[in-house]
This record gives sequence, C-alpha cells and structure tokens, in this order.
Amino acid sequence: MTAKIEKEVEDKIMDIKEAVKKFISNGCHIGLGGFTVQRHPMEFIREIIRQRKRNLVLYGCSQGIDADMLIGAKCVKRIEMAYVGDEPFVSPSPNFRRAIEEGLIEWEDYTNFGATLRFVAGALGIPFMPTKSMLGSDIITKWGIPAEVREKSSDSRLASKKLAVITCPFTGEKVTLVPACKPEVAIIHAQICGTKGTVRILGQTFADEFVARSAEKVIVTCEKIVSEESMRMEPERNQIPFYLVNAIVQVPYGAHPTAVYKYYDYDPDHYAIYIKAARGGWDSFEKYLEEYVYSVDGLSEYLKKVGGAEKLLQLKADPVLGYNPKIRRDKPFR
Amino acid sequence: MNKKKLPYTTAELMICRAAKELRDREIAFIGTGLPMIAAMLAKRTHAPNLVIIFEAGTIDSKLVHLPGSVGDPRCVCGSTTCSGLFDVFGTILQRGRVDVGFLGGAQCDMYGNLNSTAIGNYWKPKVRLPGSGGAGDIAALAKRTVIIMKHEKRRFPPKVDYLTSMGWVDGSEGRSKVGLTRGGPVTVVTDLCVMKFDEETKRMYVAEIHPGVSREQIQAETGFPLDFSRAKTTPEPTEEEIRLIREKIDPERVILHRLSKLK
Repeated sequence: MTAKIEKEVEDKIMDIKEAVKKFISNGCHIGLGGFTVQRHPMEFIREIIRQRKRNLVLYGCSQGIDADMLIGAKCVKRIEMAYVGDEPFVSPSPNFRRAIEEGLIEWEDYTNFGATLRFVAGALGIPFMPTKSMLGSDIITKWGIPAEVREKSSDSRLASKKLAVITCPFTGEKVTLVPACKPEVAIIHAQICGTKGTVRILGQTFADEFVARSAEKVIVTCEKIVSEESMRMEPERNQIPFYLVNAIVQVPYGAHPTAVYKYYDYDPDHYAIYIKAARGGWDSFEKYLEEYVYSVDGLSEYLKKVGGAEKLLQLKADPVLGYNPKIRRDKPFR
Repeated sequence: MNKKKLPYTTAELMICRAAKELRDREIAFIGTGLPMIAAMLAKRTHAPNLVIIFEAGTIDSKLVHLPGSVGDPRCVCGSTTCSGLFDVFGTILQRGRVDVGFLGGAQCDMYGNLNSTAIGNYWKPKVRLPGSGGAGDIAALAKRTVIIMKHEKRRFPPKVDYLTSMGWVDGSEGRSKVGLTRGGPVTVVTDLCVMKFDEETKRMYVAEIHPGVSREQIQAETGFPLDFSRAKTTPEPTEEEIRLIREKIDPERVILHRLSKLK
C-alpha cells in the first residue's frame, strides 16, 4: 500500500517535456491561469509550441503573452476570454489582434466577471451562473460563434449558447446566465507546490483556484517543490488540494517574462523584444519563436538567452515588497 | 495669440481633474493607467481614506510604487485582503459596494456608452481591441463611473461600433430598460474638456473647458453636437499636485511616458 502511494506521488512530478506530451493533445481545451503580466505558465506554453500542438481551445479571463504566443505560433483554433493585452506594455497583444483582424482564429468575448463565473460554474458542477453584469451590452447580442454553428457543432465543450438573459423566477429582474466552462486541462503557475500536489499561491490568486477546480486535469508549474508535509503545517495558506493536481513541474523563473509575486518581476526588456517581433507580422514573429522557443532546449538555455544570471538578479523580487522596485519599466519602450 | 507655456502637461491636468471625482472614504474600482495616478494623487491630497480596489484581487492597497497593471505584484502592497476576481467582482462590485469606477475606451458616444472590443464590424474588425476585461462589469455594477478619453472625433462617434461597457444607453430610462438597477457615467475627462450628463436627457454636455482650449476645437473633435451653455473653466493643478505626480507617484514615468503623446 505504501509503495503504491509513493509511486503515485512520484508520478506527479515530471519534467516539462513529459507533462506536455502526456496531457496536451492536438485540439485540447486548456484553461489558463495568471492575469495580464503576472504568473503565466510561460515555460509550459513554450514547450507546447516546441511540440507543435495544434487546434487548441483556450479559456481565460485577462490573459496576455501566454495566449498571444500560442496564437502567434499557430497553435490556437479558438479563444474564449475577456481580454488579451500586456498592460502596461501593449494592449491588445499583437498576435491576438492580427489573428482576429485576419480571421485566422475563432473567438468569443466575455467580461472578466463573466469569464470567472464560467469557471465557477464548472467548479461547482452546475450548468451556468447568473450575474447582473453585461445586461444591455453587445457582449450579449453579438456572438463570435453564431447559435447555428454552436448547435451543429460536435464539440461537446462548446456551449449551445454564448449566454442567455432570463427573468429571475424569484424577483422578476433580468439576469445574465453564462454557461459553465470545463476545460480538459488547467495550467497554473504557482509559487510553491508540495510533492503530492498541494498548491500555494502567494499574492493575488486571480481566477486560478476556479480554473483548476473547473478542469478535468490540472498541471501545476511552480517556482519550487517542497515536501508535502511542510505544506500541511500551514494548510490555511494553500488554495488547491493535492488530489486535483495531476502533474507538478518545477520551473524556477518559468513564468518569465511575466512576474511572480515574491519571486521576480516582469521583464520590460524582453517584453520590448517580444512586442517588436509580434508587431512586425507573422514572419517577424516566426523569427522570435525560432530564437527563443524552437532552437532553445529547455528552461536553463532560455534563461541564458534572455540575459542569464545578471538578468535574473535584476528581476529578483524584494523580499518585503514582492517585486523589484529598481527595474525601469519605461526605458525599453522609449 | 501668445500661448503661455503652462507649468503642467495636459495629462497632468487630466489626472488632477480625475482625482477630484474621488471622495474620501469611498470605495473606488481603479483601472490601469491614468486612473491609477489619479487615485494615488487623491489619497495623498483630499481623500486619504479612499479605498482602492483592483479587480485582480487586492483591496485597499497602500501603493508604494505605481502598478503597471491591475494584476501587477505592486498592487498587493499593504492591502487589507488579497484574493481574486470572484471576490472583487462578486462580493464587492456586484454586491453594490463600489462607489465609483474609472473607465476608458477607444470610442465613447453621447450617452457615455463605451467600446473597447472592436472598431468596424465585430466579425471582421478594422481594428481588434483587447476586449472588455473588467470594464463591462464596472460599467454595469458600480454606483457611478468616470470616463477618461483622448478627445478625437473618431473616438466620439454618435454611436459606438460595439457596446462593451454600458453608459446611459439611449437616455434616462436606458439602464433600467435593460435591467441595470444602478450606476451610470457622471463625468468624462478628456484632454480638451470635462463633460457631464444632463439630468433629464442623459446626453453629454461640456461642463468645464481646459485652459487655452476653444469651444470650436472641442466641437470639431466631437462626432455629435455639444451643449456649451453650462461650460466653466477647468481648475488648474496646483504646484503641490504636480510635484506629487512627478516626484512621488510616477517618477519612473511608466504611465506619464505613455500619456506624453497627449501633448
């Protein structure tokens, strides 16, 4: 019995290549963690691109370079979210913008709260969640994916309606309903994960605890793996229980160029490189991918490429503030 | 005419004027950019007990450094609680506890309806914008909203191409007709003037004109006719306000640099 449990524990910790190979298929429906410029599972995103996965469906709230890089690498069929931008550096994210303007991907727009509630409904195991938001707006009337396409689709995860407005049976007031979102896989980048999968997120949790709970399988990439025992000495600081997590991948600085509270700041220099390449068009972005993704064998090589030890030291968070007050955010963009 | 060089930029004037929309002890839902500087300024001047909320999860941040995003680690500093979107949008905003929210967009019509989704046809857009983010939620659920815009004719059309964030829809009954029970825009701060909404018609009118700006200039940059009959002059920033903005709030010029295009 003990041996079996230990085996399972061992099975959850894996390297990034194995995790992508095992959990991400072509056409996979993925729920993304993080928010604008913080805690995106970037090393996992880069590995998905290296393994050239195609036709992915992405769900999120306010995403940025994570969704944008996958779109730029031609991995994405459809996105359903509220926002794609890398404020304060660029908004909207360049590949996202161009892909929609050129009609290369399918999309559906919600608000941040609407998108969050879709994950909440998925997490609660109910078909929808009501809200007083969005009433009267074009988010209700204009659908990226029309009703007839939704009805005929063989995709069981595509809701039959984008959303609905009903009259509340109790009060008679108008209420917007958003359909549950249940991705096949959630990918979350956390600061700390126990060896069995208990997750500790420091700082804002965004919608990550619901994205994880709505998905069938959860992959956690993290700054460090610690003993499960130590995680359980302060369970009140943990957000995701171990049994939800299927894979744990340790990738220190693996969210670069996004920030991780208490660990490191975002990297304005690299955002500037990325944005310039992505704004330059598909060919220009392909060169970025060649240099920073395809030709790079793993995280340590990537980190060397973006500036090595000196860069990592520059980005390292002040232990009290949780970010680095010395980085200059305007300079690379002047 | 001899134009006197003003000791402040247009962006700084807008920041100072926007800050005056925030009152002490209110709960304010703040977005990235100019509203962040305005909120930090208000807290350092007339509204020290203003509660700043960022949608990604932080409540009553005591900001030491200007965040670059509402999801920035800088937002966490000194907050009373730090949670996530469900808590902030759900138990604070939708519950009805947010007094004022700041909004912006690529387009704003005469009723303060905003577009931050797409220019042109939604399905084949000329320009795809980032999307609602939290804007549509704030517009629907805050007790009042303040809009910050760059004043250009293409940004103030008679009708927005896509209605992302609800203003007064088409008049005083507009919001209740669609089922919204509170809120609506009260003020629009642009780089040329300050506009408010008529009590009866909910149509935008010019309330304050920035120093050195003419009525003709404002009308020429607006896609619908404006009423100037109630227009006064926008109060100028004080030296102390400018000092706070430049030296304390955004010394890195993270946002000010982006706003420098305004003048």
